[in-house]
Amino acid sequence: MLRTALRPRWGRALLARGLGSRRGGSAPDQNGKVSEIKKKIQSVLPGGAWNPLYDTSYLPPEHSDVVIVGGGVIGLSVAYWLKRLEKPRGAIRVLVVERDHTYSRASTVLSVGGIRQQFSVPENIQLSLFSIEFLRNINEYLAVVDDPPLDIQFNPSGYLLLASEKGAALMESNVKVQRQEGAKVCLMSPEQLRNKFPWINTDGVALASYGMEHEGWFDPWCLLQGLRRKVQSMGVLFCHGEVTRFISSSDHMETRSGEEVTLKRIHEVHVKVDRSLEYQPVECAIVINAAGAWSGQIAQLAGIGKGPPGTLQGTKLPVEPRKRYVYVWHCPQGPGLETPFVVDPSGVYFRREGLGNNYLGGCSPTEEEEPDPGNLEVDHDFFQDKVWPSLAQRVPAFETLKARSSWAGYYDYNTFDQNGVVGPHPLVINMYFATGFSGHGLQQAPAVGRAVAEMVLQGHFQTIDLSPFLFSRFYLGEKVQEHNIV
Amino acid sequence: MAHPANQRGAGSRTARVGPADGEVAPLHLVAPLWNAGTRGIRGLSSAAAPEGNQQKGRSLLQFLADRFYDVQALREYLFRKQAWKMHQKNRPFTYIKERYGPYAAGAYFILKLGGAVKFQGKEWIRSDARGHFSLDFLKLQMVPIEAVDASGCAVNYQGLDNLLALKELQVLWLQRCPHVDDWCLSRLHPLANSLQELSLAGCPKISERGLACLHHLQNLRKLDISDLPAVSNPGLTQILVEEMLPDCKVVGADWAQGLKLGQEEQYRDIASPIPA
Repeated sequence: MLRTALRPRWGRALLARGLGSRRGGSAPDQNGKVSEIKKKIQSVLPGGAWNPLYDTSYLPPEHSDVVIVGGGVIGLSVAYWLKRLEKPRGAIRVLVVERDHTYSRASTVLSVGGIRQQFSVPENIQLSLFSIEFLRNINEYLAVVDDPPLDIQFNPSGYLLLASEKGAALMESNVKVQRQEGAKVCLMSPEQLRNKFPWINTDGVALASYGMEHEGWFDPWCLLQGLRRKVQSMGVLFCHGEVTRFISSSDHMETRSGEEVTLKRIHEVHVKVDRSLEYQPVECAIVINAAGAWSGQIAQLAGIGKGPPGTLQGTKLPVEPRKRYVYVWHCPQGPGLETPFVVDPSGVYFRREGLGNNYLGGCSPTEEEEPDPGNLEVDHDFFQDKVWPSLAQRVPAFETLKARSSWAGYYDYNTFDQNGVVGPHPLVINMYFATGFSGHGLQQAPAVGRAVAEMVLQGHFQTIDLSPFLFSRFYLGEKVQEHNIV
Repeated sequence: MAHPANQRGAGSRTARVGPADGEVAPLHLVAPLWNAGTRGIRGLSSAAAPEGNQQKGRSLLQFLADRFYDVQALREYLFRKQAWKMHQKNRPFTYIKERYGPYAAGAYFILKLGGAVKFQGKEWIRSDARGHFSLDFLKLQMVPIEAVDASGCAVNYQGLDNLLALKELQVLWLQRCPHVDDWCLSRLHPLANSLQELSLAGCPKISERGLACLHHLQNLRKLDISDLPAVSNPGLTQILVEEMLPDCKVVGADWAQGLKLGQEEQYRDIASPIPA
């Protein structure tokens, strides 16, 4: 090829790409023009990419191997690992459908951005450990040629979980599990706590666990943009639209024991364009439900949960949006630069934000006080009544804080056991879930993306075994309860 | 290949000067700019075929543009090779560690990178300009290392493994290390019992977020955080670090660095005479 390119120009007829047509001022090249006309005819014929009547470049393609519903950090992570683990390169066509291209209500960007390994379920710890390794080497994983490196602004300040007398034994056993998995956590008595952090009031605290390494908080927007940039460079298509319908077909099969089972397969995804009735049916092989707080609705569209209750057909995806508030305040006498992400036994948490004595935090309300998830309006009375008293009790300096601003975001809350749902549905055989993380989705996103990609490409989990997180546990009633939910 | 199969919106692309197929769309900006530029300069004066040199240059660029994915793969390969080289430099020297002990492994690691090591009771051992150093220190198996000078060395997060095994390390100089970042600082806590002097001057990747996790090092008496370009507010950071480490002498940014305007106003006030 090198020799043909450097050969003198009278051999132009041999060049197959019609380069002659691009050289301004050269003699007209018949062969180049013919190949150009051939290409134009090919693109007009069905299957080609050109519509002569109007510009349809805003519509998704008509065929795609994998359709990922949801373009947040989980959806993009799945797209990234699918393209990274596919063999051969370029084999799989991936389409990411996101209905809100400004990400104004996405949980990813409204998140506080913390990452920790202090969980009680070993799989969660492993997911978090891989994710922190991913974030540390983010410029090797998400490097795009000629683009600047990413700075996720990671604060390695660690998490400080406080436990009262009741929770001390549970915390000790949790720390044992965490250390076994490789997390660097140390237990502190109230005395040691007072020595290390003099601004804490240790009344009611029996034990504290402090993450020394691999824990802290970072900027989720940067991670999202980095993933977006990288998956675009790998050839993943983005579509700004909403999934409104699944066209599927059913097959009646018999299990080995003679039971009748109806297996469903999704053939088409209808993607509706924003503010229009127009939709594009996308033929697909696999659908990945990474819609976050709205995954329950997507699952309902696919017919999951339509059946008599108590059966596998009647088991719904128990993921629903739950609104959580985050408040930002300023306190000039507050804790200094060494402040970790502190989580009180009452559920109130806070962390330092920047260098100007600003802090942000909040609290997860109890089941009875759950706010209406219809909108993202902030309830300021909640701060006054529930958050501030606990803050002032734990850190006396916070008695004189001044609230600055606040925002609200959704948790994709798994009402069953507050842990993620990963893997295929047993009946709708080509829908895979990657949702339901109940507030720790961002910190597990890179690892979950890899697990789902392995499940799609190889049929089983390879690096981290997430079989306890499959959908079937909702039908079988096997709860994988996570105790350390913030 | 992924791109041609996935490329839609060919309608918007054919409007530009370039080939009809979408394969070289991402890079085709290079060739047309070249064409447009030269045509503009030559203009109407020489409408004939362009000069020989341009012809060769253009065909080389065309050649590379046609093989966009190969060039991209080559660049990715070179990038990965660079990362692998860094990884090799910072590999754990497990054989030396098992045979001669952790101090010898740490010393070998630092000397190999071009730094200097001081064993307790001995002089500084440094590698010469060529990178050669004597292996006499391998005999000092039980003698702990008390000072490490890793200025300008390519130590990274992985390589710190070798340094964290030095339990009696008192002085650590990491000036101008290009790969020492906030993650590395979060790893220094095992040295809290012994470390007394730490220098981070001139490291391009360290920010105030990494400095926040230095509070584990309670025995630190001298900390140098001057000239850190990634720190957003050096004066304020200096104050906060001093508050965080009350027994430590923090050398670095002047706390009044961000307050220049205030100082000038103060001088002006003193200079003007008070009306009687």
